[in-house]
Amino acid sequence: MSDDFPPLSLNVPEPGCRPGDTPDFSDFEIPRAGAVKRPPVDVEPDEIREMAFSIVRVLNKDGEAVGDWAGALTPEELREGLRHMLTLRAFDARMLIAQRQGKTSFYMQHLGEEAISCAFATALQPGDMNFPTYRQAGLLIAGGYPMLTMMNQIYSNAEDPLHGRQLPIMYSSKEHGFFSISGNLGTQFVQSVGWAMASAISGDTKIATGWIGDGSTAESDFHSAMVFASTYDAPVVLNIVNNQWAISTFQGIARGGVGTFAARGHGFGIASIRVDGNDYLAVHAVAKWAAERARRGYGPTLIEHVTYRAGGHSTSDDPSAYRDKNEAAAWPLGDPIERLKKHLITIGEWSEERHKQAEAEVMDTVIATQKKAEAIGTLGDGQAPSPRDMFEGVYETMPPHLIRQRQEAGY
Amino acid sequence: MATEILMPALSPTMEEGTLAKWLVKEGDTVNSGDIMAEIETDKATMEFEAVDEGIVGKILIAEGTEGVKVNTPIAVLVEEGESADDYQASGGASSDDSAPAEAPASDAPAAAAPEKATAQPAKVLEPDYPEGTEMVQTTVREAIRDAMAEEMRRDENVFLMGEEVAEYQGAYKVSQGLLDEFGSKRVIDTPITEHGFAGIATGAAFGGLRPIVEFMTFNFAMQAIDQIINSAAKTLYMSGGQMGAPMVFRGPNGAAARVGAQHSQDYAAWYMQIPGLKVAMPYSAADAKGLMKTAIRDNNPVIFLENEILYGRAFDVPKLDDYTVPFGKARIWREGSDVTIVSFGIGMQYALEAADKLAEDGVSAEVIDLRTLRPMDLPTVMESVKKTNRLVTVEEGWPQGSVGSYIASEVQREVFDYLDAPVMVCTGKDVPMPYAANLERHALITTDEVIEAVKQVTYR
Repeated sequence: MSDDFPPLSLNVPEPGCRPGDTPDFSDFEIPRAGAVKRPPVDVEPDEIREMAFSIVRVLNKDGEAVGDWAGALTPEELREGLRHMLTLRAFDARMLIAQRQGKTSFYMQHLGEEAISCAFATALQPGDMNFPTYRQAGLLIAGGYPMLTMMNQIYSNAEDPLHGRQLPIMYSSKEHGFFSISGNLGTQFVQSVGWAMASAISGDTKIATGWIGDGSTAESDFHSAMVFASTYDAPVVLNIVNNQWAISTFQGIARGGVGTFAARGHGFGIASIRVDGNDYLAVHAVAKWAAERARRGYGPTLIEHVTYRAGGHSTSDDPSAYRDKNEAAAWPLGDPIERLKKHLITIGEWSEERHKQAEAEVMDTVIATQKKAEAIGTLGDGQAPSPRDMFEGVYETMPPHLIRQRQEAGY
Repeated sequence: MATEILMPALSPTMEEGTLAKWLVKEGDTVNSGDIMAEIETDKATMEFEAVDEGIVGKILIAEGTEGVKVNTPIAVLVEEGESADDYQASGGASSDDSAPAEAPASDAPAAAAPEKATAQPAKVLEPDYPEGTEMVQTTVREAIRDAMAEEMRRDENVFLMGEEVAEYQGAYKVSQGLLDEFGSKRVIDTPITEHGFAGIATGAAFGGLRPIVEFMTFNFAMQAIDQIINSAAKTLYMSGGQMGAPMVFRGPNGAAARVGAQHSQDYAAWYMQIPGLKVAMPYSAADAKGLMKTAIRDNNPVIFLENEILYGRAFDVPKLDDYTVPFGKARIWREGSDVTIVSFGIGMQYALEAADKLAEDGVSAEVIDLRTLRPMDLPTVMESVKKTNRLVTVEEGWPQGSVGSYIASEVQREVFDYLDAPVMVCTGKDVPMPYAANLERHALITTDEVIEAVKQVTYR
């Protein structure tokens, strides 16, 4: 009987489009805006299984906010959100150029993904803790963290709040609910669940959010996080940012041939929702729903933010080597800033002129702040952190051998 | 005023690149953010954007030029009404002006280091190849790739897996061309889980294949270490010799430049401790090639520790159809009589630089490259110490439990009577690697510290 079996072969998933091919997202199913109903926050995960296969969308193609998830934000709040996204985009543009000028060694931009972290930030409360990856600086920008401090860290100058010890863009601010970013992928997804469980054990009302990319869901940490969040109903919102590409590896390599990333939650009995990551209103509404669910003790939510990384992975990446240059433009969910702008104009709360003016103001602020930071110093120029700082913080109290090494170094 | 546009450094370790294409021509007006040119390095192609506004007055480096050093002026921007001749006229004066502009780049250790290794052994003592063999200048990156390709041609059970190894040709472009030659069945892009793919590869090795696992850096292999040590290294022993893991775990190890605490650790001392593993940590391209071929053929799991800064360095590599270097045989790079300096991997750079400078002061240092840490060629070290009576070890890793402390312990036990001074162990500082350039320099071992150690043991 064994003679009847043909030889086995290995399946290696391939993306739909490589450089030179015509980008084609026609297989990508996009439900109408407003089609997905908003369930009560105490819903049983079993009752919303289909939400892991659909996409929560609020803004339709005419720029109107429709359906159950609309109406969470006032026009003033929406204009504020637009300004946060414009600021993040301008900040990225200037810092990218600064890296090319050698003022810092490394940078990662958010192009196309601005809505996710900016809209999420305003759904949280002071004291909540984010465990972000490297593409959620909108949590800081929208959370009021000083831009000058961010730049000082990027330039690793004497005013760097982390004293020259940590990589640029790997921000850290306990006060602003932004846990120190880890360069090692996935580690913080499971830590966010631990932080949330600690909040529950302490009888507090704070919640945690974990963040991970599509590629890193392959890491063991992702699966461990889901087990603990599920078993203990941890007050945590677990976010997967599916931006289609993990450097050169397309999302199908981590996901496999079938299902969605959100559907990974079903096996754990976790409420799982997909949301249009380029729709500021949808991200905010879903974030608010999940945050309330966690804070009221109804358990964790897994959110898959469906988006597209329009820029390179980092300043060390060249996307044209592995994906077609026209793919970003063909991405069917559009640009988050353009979509929110269109909505505000449609409801009579914004105009092309005001938008131009806002863009210019934001850029002026970024450039003025950049000048202040550069007056202090940039990587290799100006005032640098003191070598004294190098020996601090290894332990809470400096042990004698480090005091000796510091003295030998002349500090 | 005319502004020089300088060749940009697209990554901290970039030293030179090809100016592939100009997207502007002389006379064009450019605005901040406009794409001016495409620059190629051995890692990637990048678009280069204008920083300032202006008119392209003169293009100084033609497109297609290879080997353009970082910070070389490549074009001149002028303001309206100026001409490029103004730049020519002020050209003499601007050579002074450009000095401060170049200062930041000199902070990068990689930029300051020559691309071609200055220190080739004057004569290779006991070479691993026949006398008269033709030598070809090859980078460490190419040498490792060539070794893998040769072994994959030789044995169809050998395959490469890891993140970004196929389509992207490796995060550090070490697997260049391998996907084209061997196809996606033997050059496999994996999901992002070191723990996962180290386990998969260990299973494949148990299943009769000979995997090469690339870690984007050994820092990421910490989550795979259970598979490496508890399974790959110990299964042959635990299965009564029935099943082993003939495989290679390879990738960059140690500090590169500006990659901070989580991406700069040297794992030499960690892996060297494990029975069941073999550990290679080459310095030169010839050794990288010869040791990699030996590693792939070895029936035991081999940890192959590479270095990002060394990838771009060129060395003489013997032109042979099948060049291998045996494990457990150190190479004496330089003979000397006053002190023995033992190192491995990028530590050899400090050892050789120190030996050069010491020679100027009349100190004759013998420099030994261990090449493999397990097995370790201690007899060569002992013989040298019997001659010089003094020993200094050099590595980038941390002091407590270092490779050097093991060597010191063995040497004092075996040849105590020959020692005229305590063994000095030079290591990095006992802190996680800081990011800032000035702090990073302090944290790593330096050539001056090696010289200072030699002066202490020679009582100078």
